[in-house]
Amino acid sequence: MTYRTATEAFLNGVRTLIPLTPGVVPFGLITGVMAIEMGMSPGMSMGMTLLFYSGSAQLVALQLLQNGALPVTIVVTALIINLRFIMYSASLAPHLHHLPRRWTWPVSYLLSDQSYALCTLKFSSGELGRFAPHFYAGTAVAMWLTWQLSVFAGVYLGANIPETWSLSFAVPLSFLALLVPGIRGAASLGAAVTGGLIAVSAVSLPYNLGLVTASLGGVIAGLLIESTGKKNLSSASASHVERETP
Amino acid sequence: MSDLSLWGMFLAVGIGTFVMRLSFVELYGRWRIPTLLSRALVYVPASVLAALVSPSVVYPNGQGEFAFANPQIPAAIIAAWIAWKTRSTVLTLAVGMAALWGFKFMAL
Repeated sequence: MTYRTATEAFLNGVRTLIPLTPGVVPFGLITGVMAIEMGMSPGMSMGMTLLFYSGSAQLVALQLLQNGALPVTIVVTALIINLRFIMYSASLAPHLHHLPRRWTWPVSYLLSDQSYALCTLKFSSGELGRFAPHFYAGTAVAMWLTWQLSVFAGVYLGANIPETWSLSFAVPLSFLALLVPGIRGAASLGAAVTGGLIAVSAVSLPYNLGLVTASLGGVIAGLLIESTGKKNLSSASASHVERETP
Repeated sequence: MSDLSLWGMFLAVGIGTFVMRLSFVELYGRWRIPTLLSRALVYVPASVLAALVSPSVVYPNGQGEFAFANPQIPAAIIAAWIAWKTRSTVLTLAVGMAALWGFKFMAL
């Protein structure tokens, strides 16, 4: 639909995001709980959440901190996880680049998997009219608030959860919940299996190099399977949009 | 790690992530993403996430120490199956944790 006012477009963006929140809140809670269990202060946990605004990268960073990885490794791994934002940025740029910088910078910071997934098709069909950026901003602000508030709730729950609950297992479970629905074809399955196997066998490499090796191996496996069986291409390319963290 | 180096790490990731989010919005019309790179990026989440999950499930005691009685492996398999069938985050977490507690209880 085409909106008559900017406010109408913004509010409709907010409403469009609300059905996605039940998938987001558990990740936020776990992220908050994990940060506290790592011994971070509430202020530091929220500072990390504000700076990252990327749930998968944040969970990964927390996991690597727990393993005692080098800071450089953690930064590189988190940024590799976030490389997908370059793709989102390229896909939304035709519809956002004309805005003044005081808007492009904040809306870029707010870019998430969810906003991208909700807006990309509506942007390219042109159905949103000239208030399309406002619709996007509505989804983005609602997602940001959902994420920050659920991490905040996790931070305050964190201190009260006993060790015997083995809650650290929730981190690999969260990764599974992100990973499994994203597997849409032979190529992404091959990427995941290769990445997983290399990571298990290369775990004793220093500086968490096993993770980098495994990730590269997985990507190469995905590309090789894709080029041998072109039929699966369309199913694999949809895999990155439906994720549950920003 | 000291608080200062933690903040430095957060800042580095935050700035790097912001630059990637902004990249093409800022550079629109001046640079195109190479085809091989955009094809490769599709497989980054699957391979990185799998590379993170598998060692933390297989080695519960950390770096490369294989444990024979490890309830995390069957629990993770059940959770992966639930994730596949339901695509629900909440169910994946709930069933996975319940399975872990169940296997630990049975081993006692």
